[in-house]
Amino acid sequence: MAGSVLEIKNLHVSIEDKEILKGVDLTIKGGEFHAIMGPNGTGKSTLASAIMGHPKYEVTEGSITLNGEDVLEMEVDERARAGLFLAMQYPSEISGVTTSDFLRSAINARRGEGNEIPLMKFIKELDKDLDYLEIDKSMATRYLNEGFSGGEKKRNEILQLMQLKPDIAILDEIDSGLDIDALKVVSKGINKMRSEEFGCLIITHYQRLLNYITPDFVHVMMQGRIVKSGGPELAKRLEAEGYEWLKEELGIKDETVEQNA
Amino acid sequence: MAKNLPEIEEYKYGFRDKDVSVFRTEKGLTREVVEQISKMKEEPQWMLDYRLKALEHFYKRPMPQWGGDLSGLDFDEIVYYVKPSEKQGRTWDEVPEEIKQTFDRLGIPEAEQKYLAGVSAQYESEVVYHSLKEDLEELGIIFMDTDSALKEHEELFKEYFGTVVPYSDNKFSALNSAVWSGGSFIYVPKGVKATTPLQAYFRINTENMGQFERTLIIVDEGASVHYVEGCTAPTYSSSSLHSAVVEIIVKKGGYCRYTTIQNWSNNVYNLVTKRATCEADATMEWIDGNLGSKLTMKYPSIHLKGEGARGNTISIAMAGKGQVQDAGAKMYHLAPNTSSTIVSKSFSKDGGNVTYRGLVHFGRKADGAKANIECDTLILDDKSKSDTIPYNEIYNDNISLEHEAKVSKVSEEQLFYLMSRGLTEEEATEMIVMGFIEPFTKELPMEYAVEMNRLIKFEMEGSIG
Repeated sequence: MAGSVLEIKNLHVSIEDKEILKGVDLTIKGGEFHAIMGPNGTGKSTLASAIMGHPKYEVTEGSITLNGEDVLEMEVDERARAGLFLAMQYPSEISGVTTSDFLRSAINARRGEGNEIPLMKFIKELDKDLDYLEIDKSMATRYLNEGFSGGEKKRNEILQLMQLKPDIAILDEIDSGLDIDALKVVSKGINKMRSEEFGCLIITHYQRLLNYITPDFVHVMMQGRIVKSGGPELAKRLEAEGYEWLKEELGIKDETVEQNA
Repeated sequence: MAKNLPEIEEYKYGFRDKDVSVFRTEKGLTREVVEQISKMKEEPQWMLDYRLKALEHFYKRPMPQWGGDLSGLDFDEIVYYVKPSEKQGRTWDEVPEEIKQTFDRLGIPEAEQKYLAGVSAQYESEVVYHSLKEDLEELGIIFMDTDSALKEHEELFKEYFGTVVPYSDNKFSALNSAVWSGGSFIYVPKGVKATTPLQAYFRINTENMGQFERTLIIVDEGASVHYVEGCTAPTYSSSSLHSAVVEIIVKKGGYCRYTTIQNWSNNVYNLVTKRATCEADATMEWIDGNLGSKLTMKYPSIHLKGEGARGNTISIAMAGKGQVQDAGAKMYHLAPNTSSTIVSKSFSKDGGNVTYRGLVHFGRKADGAKANIECDTLILDDKSKSDTIPYNEIYNDNISLEHEAKVSKVSEEQLFYLMSRGLTEEEATEMIVMGFIEPFTKELPMEYAVEMNRLIKFEMEGSIG
């Protein structure tokens, strides 16, 4: 089976009646890695949250479909079970719930009743991924994200990604706050996911992450829209020259969503 | 919308058997009723005298005017004693069939095979089935129902009975002292360590019947024991009263842990006095879980009387629709270098009302004493309430007291996070609640932790959306 298709058309999203996204079009297919870049305050994280269905974000116009199914009609958990995944910028701390208990519940939620993962198989696969991400085994028995360092939280998000094996993943600033070693490990995990069945949207400020993960497509977001798309060379140029040339080219003075174009 | 717990068909413990009692007193509390109880039990005169003194005190003592609303409690509508069968069952085969069915459904025989060192199952007011594994007997540990202990170990019994909780302590300790029946009696001899927990199951099965069990545990010097009791109650239409007294004496260097999970049906008034005294270097731990009931007022207390004595209380309370949990802990530091910790986790939902009420007392002799209190509350919706009422009494400057209180709600971000991994809102909320009470459940023996999780899960069902 070929991979899934996530299709976003003319997406408008508001938060507390303020419009943030003003018509985003984007299609992500299995086998493709997309990167969305852009300065702060341009709507990148809003796009991530809106795709996953965060209750604070209201879709006022446009559509999101996954393999033709209307994602906007689904609850957050239904989106997850349909194959979407969001690695969060600020993962919540869940006191009293161990990482391994949580992971097993999440895996079983997707597999469905009567098809639960055998315990030994789960432990084996968890151990394998922990090793791969160079995470201390003790994390499995620590409470989810509680007392984790920034780097540990990000590794844990990638651990979840590897364990849950979604069809389409959105990684929201997975590189923020990581030192170079952690960045390499996180990238290694993401790269391991590469297959025809897996599509990925990487949201980042910096080109730095893209030194380790080569995207097939690079998009630049400004004023709540995708204003420029290209290949990996676009990211390189942004890294070298910044965003000014692009703003000039597009006639944009203030790239944030505060401004109406 | 909350479900009324006992009305749900699948509720495993919500069944009710035909009444097989062979003797019961009339409704209401009179001198005659107390005399009858004592006579039925063939008690010595001193116990009857004690009961009657307690009864006098009960009459005189006014109802408590604090805590929960007790106005729905009618002492004249309660049956104070029901004897379920003619004789004490010593082996499983001797236990009457209907009673056995009840136990079967509670899973006691399997539990016994797998985990129990001794079973003392209380059916109505009297213990009908009681078994003690041989290794316990060999160690010299006495574990039996309190009525039998009075007959078989009268001297030991008399030495300690009523010394920790006198009948005059409060109105409900007076009531219990007048009409007590059943409960567990444990004596652990010097230096003996019971390696497996001793367990008892309790059950109310007669309408309007109060359950007034009396538990007395004596842990001799350097000895150690873990006692576990779990309570479930079937459905009834009118109010029921549970008013127990638990007395524990932990002698020098001894250790006692007392674990309770109570899940009374929501028409039960649960008014319990639990108190332990600790001699030098002794440790007492209350692990106390309160679910269900109409009103619970319970404050397990520890008197740290000897130097270096330690007390721990870990409790959870859950109040659902129409339920009030007024629970907490008391620690009395009465000697130097005593230490205590209180961890209280409470949560309320569907309009439930939960209050932490606690007392930490440092007496004049409590030099170098330390206490640490942590009370956390989780509120699941806007209809529910929570309150924290800590009292501190400090008569010594050289002590340390830390108090941390936290009230939180299930956050939108936490729910979003868990749901984004495929858990439904209900599963996500349940997971957050389970995590919240984890400091309690991790202290439970495994089979109780499983049961606890099942109960919580059950409570959470249908409470979302």
